[in-house]
Amino acid sequence: MKSAVIVFPGSNCDRDAHDAIEKVTGHKPAMVWHQDSDLPEGTEFVMVPGGFSYGDYLRCGSMASRSAIMPAIVAHAATGAPVLGVCNGFQILTESGLLPGALMRNAGLKFVCEKAPLTVENANTQFTSRYEAGAQLLVPIAHHDGNYFADPDTLDRIEGEGQVVFRYGRNPNGSARDIAGITNEQGNVMGMMPHPERAVDMGHGGTDGLALFESLLGSA
Amino acid sequence: MKAKIHVYLKPGVLDPQGAAVAGALHNMGYDEVTAARQGKLIELDLTGDDVEAARKRVDEMCAKLLSNPVIESYSIELA
Repeated sequence: MKSAVIVFPGSNCDRDAHDAIEKVTGHKPAMVWHQDSDLPEGTEFVMVPGGFSYGDYLRCGSMASRSAIMPAIVAHAATGAPVLGVCNGFQILTESGLLPGALMRNAGLKFVCEKAPLTVENANTQFTSRYEAGAQLLVPIAHHDGNYFADPDTLDRIEGEGQVVFRYGRNPNGSARDIAGITNEQGNVMGMMPHPERAVDMGHGGTDGLALFESLLGSA
Repeated sequence: MKAKIHVYLKPGVLDPQGAAVAGALHNMGYDEVTAARQGKLIELDLTGDDVEAARKRVDEMCAKLLSNPVIESYSIELA
């Protein structure tokens, strides 16, 4: 699968994303600058990486979600192609309207940086098919604004539709219903605060994120 | 012309920063404070002098970038 990683000013997980994709597919993803207005020909998987795009000014992800490349990503998602946003990428996807809800300041007001215990709530997505439903994972988190918010009706709806894909075992940030990762209604766009690309090599201290990339991209 | 835009969290949206501000004021002895909400003030300098046209454009700016309708409301003052 041909992949692209979007690079914003202030992205800092773009190279981790690149390496995780290369490790699983054997192919380097295209690195696409946010001021480009098109994805490379034939792109299938788009990853919006973590970081602090535009210094988190105004609201996290707000300005990145209005950058030149975003209409191409929205159009790409509309074709049903997979799009994954991690951390700041999740914030950008909610700000762009591709995912419901918003990510707010952590309830404890502190930046949290730790390995988060997660439960796989839905293993029937193209992002999680290589996990067992209910599997317990340890995946790093590193964020100041990961407090997932949506109104109660939206929360009920996404829970009912199986759009809640990952839940925290121990809520680190005040997220509604311990939500760590969600998909859109169609299931082809996923956002999550934990960093699977930082858990794909024993050098990272664990490989619990590897199956996510393998689910999506296939692997040996 | 200047536009002043107040952006604030909708009622019912938890505001941990506001809660911390209220807590700090309590610690300082200001017991009359029952709640604090923290928002943003954005000032824009604008060309043109048609207030109604400006209001329409600024409203659009608020909807498209300056506020997030999921969690925030806003008000606009033009002068």
